[in-house]
Amino acid sequence: MFRNTYDSDNTVFSPQGRLHQVEYALEAVKQGSAAVGLRSKTHAVLLALKRSTGELASYQQKMFRIDDHVGIAIAGLTSDARVLSNFMRQQAMSSKMIFNRPSPVNRLVSAIADKAQVNTQEYGRRPYGVGFLVIGQDDSGPHLYEFSPSGTAYEYYAMSIGARSQSAKTYLEKNYEKFMDCSLEHLITHGLHALRETLQQDKELTILNTSIGIVGPPAASEVLVQARGAFRILEGEPIATFLSTMTPKEVVAAAPEPDTDDDEPAAAGGDVQMSDA
Amino acid sequence: MDHHPTNWGRPRDDRVDPYGTFPIHARPRPKEDAFGDAVKHTQQPIVTGSSVIGLKYKDGVMLAADNLASYGSLARYKDVQRLHPVGTSTILGAGGDMSDFQYIQHTLDSLIIEEFTYDDGNKLGPTEIYQYLSRIMYNRRSKMNPLWNSLVVGGIKSDGESFLGYVDLLGTTYQSPTIATGFGSYIAQPLLRNAVDEHPEPLTEEEALSIIQKCMKTLFYRDARSLNKYQVAKVTAEGVTISDPIEAPTVWGFAEGIRGYGAQTQ
Amino acid sequence: MPHQERRFNPYTENGGTILAIAGEDFTVIAGDTRQSEGYNIQTRYAPKVFRLTDKAVLAVNGFAADGNMFVQKVQQRLEWYAHAHNKPMPLKAIARLIQTMLYAKRFFPYYVYNILGGIEEDGSGAVYSFDPVGSYEREACRAAGAAQSLVQPFLDNQIYFKNQLPPPGGAHPRHLPLNDVLSLVIDSFTGATERHIEVGDGLEIYIVLAPNKSSVELERLPGVKRIQGTFDIAGDASPDVTAAAAAVGVTGEKMFVMRRELKKD
Repeated sequence: MFRNTYDSDNTVFSPQGRLHQVEYALEAVKQGSAAVGLRSKTHAVLLALKRSTGELASYQQKMFRIDDHVGIAIAGLTSDARVLSNFMRQQAMSSKMIFNRPSPVNRLVSAIADKAQVNTQEYGRRPYGVGFLVIGQDDSGPHLYEFSPSGTAYEYYAMSIGARSQSAKTYLEKNYEKFMDCSLEHLITHGLHALRETLQQDKELTILNTSIGIVGPPAASEVLVQARGAFRILEGEPIATFLSTMTPKEVVAAAPEPDTDDDEPAAAGGDVQMSDA
Repeated sequence: MDHHPTNWGRPRDDRVDPYGTFPIHARPRPKEDAFGDAVKHTQQPIVTGSSVIGLKYKDGVMLAADNLASYGSLARYKDVQRLHPVGTSTILGAGGDMSDFQYIQHTLDSLIIEEFTYDDGNKLGPTEIYQYLSRIMYNRRSKMNPLWNSLVVGGIKSDGESFLGYVDLLGTTYQSPTIATGFGSYIAQPLLRNAVDEHPEPLTEEEALSIIQKCMKTLFYRDARSLNKYQVAKVTAEGVTISDPIEAPTVWGFAEGIRGYGAQTQ
Repeated sequence: MPHQERRFNPYTENGGTILAIAGEDFTVIAGDTRQSEGYNIQTRYAPKVFRLTDKAVLAVNGFAADGNMFVQKVQQRLEWYAHAHNKPMPLKAIARLIQTMLYAKRFFPYYVYNILGGIEEDGSGAVYSFDPVGSYEREACRAAGAAQSLVQPFLDNQIYFKNQLPPPGGAHPRHLPLNDVLSLVIDSFTGATERHIEVGDGLEIYIVLAPNKSSVELERLPGVKRIQGTFDIAGDASPDVTAAAAAVGVTGEKMFVMRRELKKD
């Protein structure tokens, strides 16, 4: 049932000046499993936690390639993400077709932000139920952006979205000053440490439940080397070497246990459906 | 391709007024189908510019075009600029229909303003403009409604390399160290290739300017639809500059001795 | 004065010639680099041969503007395929895609002759040739463009052994080795350059090798350059690595380009 009087349509402000439908959309992002992004002078990386509905099911897709130089990690409704990522792919391709240049990353992000904004204003629409972390490289180097259903997009040194992402954010805020001069390997280790904070007590990161997205020159352990340091997604066996670089939890956990957000639903439970990324 | 813009994009046919001796639009044309009058597309250029020439040299690219816009064989406008700067590192030169060229100028100006308003540090350089123009020209030809121009795009790319490319009313494109359009492809291109291809080192600015001047002078001597007044544009790391109109020094004294040209009546 | 309808003609011919030959475990796709219109040479370097995937190369010849646009559109379709399936489109599927795209413009055709070459999923070399409206077939060799009528009979004789008697007690070989094929390609173009005004300036030869075919000999030839794949396998490929590579559609094909000068007159 309605939680508020001003729920019914997203074009209606509440007396407090809030758009409840938009805020609920932001909750949908928090239902999805976490994704972490961080950046150095040379690289930008994404790390995401994949869910599976059970032993018999495959793991969900958390990352999408947009173009040679851009990729995204998602949290929220996978189906909405597919629509938006296809739109980004279209934009990237038309930039190549019309101007013979790879689309600047910020323009791809503003394009989906503008699209999302329309859904927060027009009658009869609903906001997207998904948030993105976007990494990419262009003439001005590697970038990391966060996109949210409210129609905003900001650039970050490091960011996390999704369930229990506040814990990851706490780690990132503590460590982000070191990221700029990190090697790719160290950057990924930091990312894994941050992502690990979003796990439930008894869970850990494995080669099955973790995805890593990279733009920038290849790491020593990368078996398949992509031309021009383009965006690639590592999953399964190739990420074992990165997982092994993590320091055991106790050592890192010397940092004060991050306070969990009360508002966050207990969505990290195993009963979440595949469609919630 | 016949050098005269009237005949660009048409099969060669010498039976039909090969010298363009009367106003072009007034040429009798057969009636098309009953509904043919409902939509009219450009079927011929009206006010036309002649050759554009360009070459790469040590510091960038240099383009030149005269200041004449003809109306058939009438030298109608004699102070028309056919070189147009696009952004800060690109120059565009145009021959063919001048109203279509003005439309292209406005389109590009809007594009540059739009790019400027993004304010994110990205710029449109010559390769981007070249691709954009080739798409516009090809799309229009595919609608059987061409922009009746031959365009030369020159500039400095973001990596510092120079760029020189050609786009025409059919959407045909190519890049080359030297380019000459229209009648210039017969008269100027051999001179330019001689100067550039045979030269072991890239030309200096002085050498480039001197060969451009030689080409423009020769074109004035040989091309009936050219003018002894032209402008030279260059794009270097410093940006785009377009000269004031230059007059080619020409000598016509020998004409006096030619039967039927000078004072003698027989 | 006889009236003649003078409509805008949206087509022109830009000269040049292309050619492809399939071997047992390789394919060679080549084109000259001259672009001309009428008697004018527009440029001495305009590529007519394009890499599509790690195992497919497309050569286009005819009206250059249509050709460039067509290649771009094919590349876009392949990009969408790669997005959807996480692997490059197989050669025979690209061939059918090209026929569909050409036929879609049956009544305002792309005025281009296409030759597609590469490695099939079974590892064999293959050439597909097309007419402007999409009619196509798989062949062992094909020449197209301005000097087709000069080059194709030469290939018929040298590749298909037409008008040649087999050696006594023997048969003609079914496939020629790579070196012989490269020599034939080079001879075809030097010959065409001599006898056709629209052919010349430069020669660009793409060579696609099947998985497991050694490239050592090829890389020793002058003017040969390796083309980096979408993915490249780093270091020595162990069975594990090869399996991982195969999972993303990388099966070890290698692509090379050989550039040579042709006469410029």
